Amino acid sequence: MKYKNTGTDQVFNIVNGIILAFIFIVVAYPLIYVVSASLSSPTAIIQGRVKLLPVDFSLGGYKAVFANGAVVTGFLNSMFYMIVGTCVNVMMTVMLAYPLSRKGFYGGKAITLLLIFTMMFNAGLIPNYLLIDSLNLIDKRAVMIIPKALNVWNVMITITYFRTTIPDELLEASQVDGCTDFNFIGKIVLPLSKPILAVISLFYAVQHWNSFFDAMLYLNSEKLVPLQIVLRDILVQNQLSMDMITSLDPESISVRENLAVLLKYALIVVSSLPLLIMYPFIQKYFVKGIMIGSVKG
Amino acid sequence: MKALLKTRLLNQRKLNSIKKDWQLYLLVALPVIYIIVFKLVPLYGVQIALKDYVARIGITGSEWANPLFKHFINFFNDYNFWRVIRNTLTISVYGLVAGFPLPILFALSLNYLGNKKIKKTIQMLTYAPHFISTVVIVGMLMQFFQTRTGMVNQLFTYLGMEEIDFFGTAGTFPHMYVWSQIWQNLGFSSIIYIATLTGIDPALHEAAIMDGANKLQRMWHIDLPGIMPTAIVLLTLNLGKILNVGFEKVLLMQNPINIKLSEIITTYVYKVGLASAIPQFSYSTAIGIFKSVIGLILILTFNKLSKKISESSLF
Repeated sequence: MKYKNTGTDQVFNIVNGIILAFIFIVVAYPLIYVVSASLSSPTAIIQGRVKLLPVDFSLGGYKAVFANGAVVTGFLNSMFYMIVGTCVNVMMTVMLAYPLSRKGFYGGKAITLLLIFTMMFNAGLIPNYLLIDSLNLIDKRAVMIIPKALNVWNVMITITYFRTTIPDELLEASQVDGCTDFNFIGKIVLPLSKPILAVISLFYAVQHWNSFFDAMLYLNSEKLVPLQIVLRDILVQNQLSMDMITSLDPESISVRENLAVLLKYALIVVSSLPLLIMYPFIQKYFVKGIMIGSVKG
Repeated sequence: MKALLKTRLLNQRKLNSIKKDWQLYLLVALPVIYIIVFKLVPLYGVQIALKDYVARIGITGSEWANPLFKHFINFFNDYNFWRVIRNTLTISVYGLVAGFPLPILFALSLNYLGNKKIKKTIQMLTYAPHFISTVVIVGMLMQFFQTRTGMVNQLFTYLGMEEIDFFGTAGTFPHMYVWSQIWQNLGFSSIIYIATLTGIDPALHEAAIMDGANKLQRMWHIDLPGIMPTAIVLLTLNLGKILNVGFEKVLLMQNPINIKLSEIITTYVYKVGLASAIPQFSYSTAIGIFKSVIGLILILTFNKLSKKISESSLF
């Protein structure tokens, strides 16, 4: 529909543009700065010469990151927890959500009530810790996967999706043809549910990749800890062992300190990369997935 | 006789449907076992809040506390009680007041942007920080707000202002916490509003344009009422979680200097319960329960209130 822009509308457009530009800059700038800093020379960062683009381009930070054994181990551990964990999550979610989405599934109501109940009442830190302890999961790889095998919220989203997108007629037709439930799920439900599977996979993957607290509580062995724990040691607690930088031409303490700054920026980039690469592919499903899962049902 | 027949028939039907659906039951078994073990069983352990838990004896064997609510009473008399409550409320109320309207404003703004390509770009970019982990966010804060080399202080010196030691001053903690939270989640929280806005009937806008309404008037009279129900439901949800301030982030940002303002209920629970030299399991559990109960009361109250005021509510 065409209409003339009135004077007030033009003011509106300008103000609107300014607001959006401001938000855009505020969100984008720190991200760009981190990437640029990670590609600059340490002295340029310290002297504040990095404004927007990399200054004195160098890959020193990345070299230092990948020369660090703890970072590499952490990265591989995180990958493992994320991939295996997400597979378990998605499988468990579908296993629970599909039967609950079926009409006339006897006992489904009771299970749904159980789910809602567990969403409302959480035992809290200590009772959960005692459970993990009594199951002998402390300091085992499984502790990063099994206690988080399912997220009730994601189950709810998935149930709603199945209900709204898989027509009953499809099930009836397949049953007439003698199709079993397993076959129906594998050949019809799953292929039709790619959007929701993509969204919950991303949610679960993010959760695994970023999980830090349970690793801190339950894992002690250095060879088991995920990347986030290594990141905490280096980025937050500043426990950057100097020998990991020594290999890179240490002339004086200040050079090492400078390299430490650079390494931190590179580390921030490396640790965020896997998810940032993944998410544009799944982004198009977001709105749908989130609307389905929204409180309005 | 007839009734008996009917129930028998019904039971028969149930049995048949269970038999027919056996594959579904097989599927559901493992997840249900998981829920029972990892969600229900820990609830049994909650009773240690009323006991004097001794790890060696276990949950069932430990003696009941005397008086029964000893650990709760101890918490109310704890010299940290008011400080922890005050910090929790300050951070969360501040976060809500500053952070709740912004995604709405952002969604409204974006909705009136003509250029689709720019719109998509801005949307995509603002989602990105949501995927950065808490540890990295805190790491970034520490880099940016460093005294000498951080970009914020370098900007300050450039503008001729005094440097601020952000992590070495207690007062800056709530601001850094809240605004970094907003920075991280602005885009992602706006998704639901953007989706609601696209669902508004275009005929409403067309009619308003015919009546000579300008964009601001349309925003005020059509778009805002359109997203109100969603906003109120989200607000209710957030109010219920008011005591659940982001635990991990606060814990990571804490240091001996800002602890006065940064110790919140959840970090206190962790410290008393697991991180201290003498873990007090019962005491810590009691504090956790206190928090959950208050949260539940809050969510029920606000739900009732929002039902009265706006006729939209959670349940």
